[in-house]
Amino acid sequence: MGPITLDHYVFLSAALFCLGVAGVLIRRNILVMFMSLEIMLNAVNLLLGSIAAFRGDAAGQVFVFFIMLVAAAEIAVGLAVMVMVYRNTGSIDLKDLSNLKW
Amino acid sequence: MKNLLVVLIPLLPLLGFAVSGLFGKRLGKSATGLLASGMVLLSFLCAAALAMLHFRTGDSAIVVNLFSWIRMPGLSIPMGLLVDPLSLMMVFVVTGIGFLIHVYSIGYMHDDDGVARFFSYLNLFTFFMLVLVLADNFAVLFIGWEGVGLCSYLLIGFWFKNHAFNGAAVKAFVVNRIGDAGFLLGLFLMAMTFGSLSFAEVFSRAASFGSGAPAITLITLFLFIGASGKSAQIPLYTWLPDAMAGPTPVSALIHAATMVTAGVYLVIRSNALYALAPLTMAIIAAVGLATAIWAGLIALSQRDIKKVLAYSTVSQLGFMFLALGMGAWSTGFFHVFTHAFFKALLFLGAGSVIHALSGEQDIRRMGGLRKALPVTYATMLAGTLAIAGIPPFAGFFSKDEIFAKVFEHAPALWAIALAGAFVTSFYMFRLFFLVFHGEFRGDATAKHHLHESPKVMTAPLVVLALGALGAGFAGLPEIFGAPHWISDFLAPVTGRGESHLSHATEWMLMGASVATGLLALLFAWVRYGVKGRVPAEDASVTGVARWSLGKFFIDELYDRAIVKPLFRFSAWIHDVLDRRGLDGAVGAIAGISPWLGQQVRLLQTGNTAFYLFAMALGVFLILFVATLR
Amino acid sequence: MMSSILFYGLSTLLFAAALLVILSRNPIHSALWLVTAFFAVAGHYVLLNAQFLAAVHVIVYAGAIMVLFLFTIMLLNLNKETEPQHSLLVKLAGLVAGGMLLVVMVGALRRSSAETASDLATVHSGTVGLVETLGKVLFRDFLLPFELSSILFLAALVGAVVLGKKELGE
Repeated sequence: MGPITLDHYVFLSAALFCLGVAGVLIRRNILVMFMSLEIMLNAVNLLLGSIAAFRGDAAGQVFVFFIMLVAAAEIAVGLAVMVMVYRNTGSIDLKDLSNLKW
Repeated sequence: MKNLLVVLIPLLPLLGFAVSGLFGKRLGKSATGLLASGMVLLSFLCAAALAMLHFRTGDSAIVVNLFSWIRMPGLSIPMGLLVDPLSLMMVFVVTGIGFLIHVYSIGYMHDDDGVARFFSYLNLFTFFMLVLVLADNFAVLFIGWEGVGLCSYLLIGFWFKNHAFNGAAVKAFVVNRIGDAGFLLGLFLMAMTFGSLSFAEVFSRAASFGSGAPAITLITLFLFIGASGKSAQIPLYTWLPDAMAGPTPVSALIHAATMVTAGVYLVIRSNALYALAPLTMAIIAAVGLATAIWAGLIALSQRDIKKVLAYSTVSQLGFMFLALGMGAWSTGFFHVFTHAFFKALLFLGAGSVIHALSGEQDIRRMGGLRKALPVTYATMLAGTLAIAGIPPFAGFFSKDEIFAKVFEHAPALWAIALAGAFVTSFYMFRLFFLVFHGEFRGDATAKHHLHESPKVMTAPLVVLALGALGAGFAGLPEIFGAPHWISDFLAPVTGRGESHLSHATEWMLMGASVATGLLALLFAWVRYGVKGRVPAEDASVTGVARWSLGKFFIDELYDRAIVKPLFRFSAWIHDVLDRRGLDGAVGAIAGISPWLGQQVRLLQTGNTAFYLFAMALGVFLILFVATLR
Repeated sequence: MMSSILFYGLSTLLFAAALLVILSRNPIHSALWLVTAFFAVAGHYVLLNAQFLAAVHVIVYAGAIMVLFLFTIMLLNLNKETEPQHSLLVKLAGLVAGGMLLVVMVGALRRSSAETASDLATVHSGTVGLVETLGKVLFRDFLLPFELSSILFLAALVGAVVLGKKELGE
């Protein structure tokens, strides 16, 4: 095992991101899909943070901070929507959300 | 100063048109009529002043270039006005007789609701007619040509609530368009051949082509098609009798005195071209003579007073073209000149009769109007004598001159023309005796209502009657030793035609035509004056007379051979090409979108998981392609 | 050497937690494994000497977001093992899709890698991730976005309230 370089973080992030994608694809529960989405966001955050650390550029970490802000806002609204969906359809099953289908 | 006068001549009626058209309702009926008449009178005075100022000095033409109208490589057309003896004479005819007819209209149209409209149209017509005669190139002439056609259409359909009148207006317009198409082709060909449409340039360049050149023959033929449309020659004459649907002053001004002579004017104006096209001249002579006889035969048995006059106009126009076909330009114009007087007079007289009978036009319900309408009677007599060619009335001189020219070139044609003159005299006196002599054949209320027309209508009649009496003296035959004033005046434009007939021959010709006229008078007098015969009811007419009454069924022939097939063709185009072809194609193209949408719509399954898969796949593909590069 | 061990340990933890998030049948278990994953990420931040990010991450994710998730699960009464599942085929397809994406990504990244020579040892001595440095950058260069983000939060707040409140007469 050599020293830990940026490459390690890059591959770790890629793996984590793909795990998130797989999670979105294989689950039908919207809540869990949201969680997978968070994993993807974290993968990106980790990548950005590590690049900033290795390059010595503080702006990258500030961006991570902003991403966190947006993610928090997104989750707040997304979960509110989910509650609405549940109230209206009685479930949060992806299959039930097909009202816009022709 | 002179240029200003030239411009004012057409501009004044245009002003009158604008004012009476825009403010006519507010001005009131009499004011509008006075204004319109005044404008034409002013125009006439301008022309008179111009003649005084300019033509005394012997200089022959004024050209006024207002502005450059069309300019392109190889062809430039200025908006130019030309005043030479020919156009000046035409201006005098148009504005002089036009003025009298305007005045007459004040009385005739007094009870009509559309007086303002009527006078604005009349003024507009005068404007276009003046543009036509004052044009200094064929393109500007064409403006006037189309403009008078438009006004003719508007005035024929003046009483637009009557559907048949509208039909007559449309017919006049469409038939004229056939001629105009020929005219236009002639113009294009002319522009191609000579690279110019200006009279002076075209005529001077044509001289180098020599006689009988195919291009010139073709151009002149096309122009003649236009002329025969406007001047109601065979085969395009059918619109003119129907055009009598318009108010009678319109018939007098447009369809007798001025517009229909535009074709004659066109040929006289282009005489330099026609002189180089013997074939066209022969055709013109043939068509003219045929029309003269043909229309005369139809006029023999018409019952409508205006229809008789209409066919007589067609016939007289035929005589004019006959003269032109002989190359006797100034003679043709002389007849235009005299004809304008006596035909306008006859129409206005007929209008006076119709006015007295509250709109009745059938001569079988007239008769014995001599006492009730003394002025109309006297003036109509002058007009009838003039058209019948009885000396010393105007028609005698001009018609005699035509016959002399015809005899000089083709004695056989002269004999036929003489028969035409006999027919002319006969149907005119038939009309005259049926209307004014014998017993009144209308009902009692109409008899009670009979009255002479007001002064405003009879005064123009009197003036025109004097013209019908005196206009002929403008062109005395050579044998009287007096100068032929018209021919001398027009010499710069038409050249001087020399007569080679001996005096004895001329006396003989004159005697023959006078004898013919008198003989026809006698026949008509015996038949309608003494025996008091009245045209039979339509149904009982048989044999040759039936053909004459039915106008030789030319209208029906055109209807069957041209109009109906055209309608069927249009209907076919509408049904097949338009509905199925064009609409179908557009519909099909429009139908593709919904169909495509229908197909693409199937991709939208509404299954979110599927969308997610598609998105992941898309990301995968993008990355994959990006990596491969 | 120590950092290597820590890196691999944290990575393994992170990966395992994330895997369990997407594989657990019970949403509550998923949420709990998600917390674990968040802490592992925070550990990574510490390892990168990004102390500020680590703190904020724990506060925002493990604190705020996880609480929201758990509240929602509670509200919707979802702590059942019987939640609907995709068919096995779809699950397999999802895993394959994710895997393929990983392969392509790794393939793409491999080409551009190997030029960064520095390692974690040099990162430890840097001051990039310290609160002082980030604070200066944040309030000097990114002041406007920072302030604007407060408006975003306000909008999200109002939106969440409007969406979540019961309609009149319901």
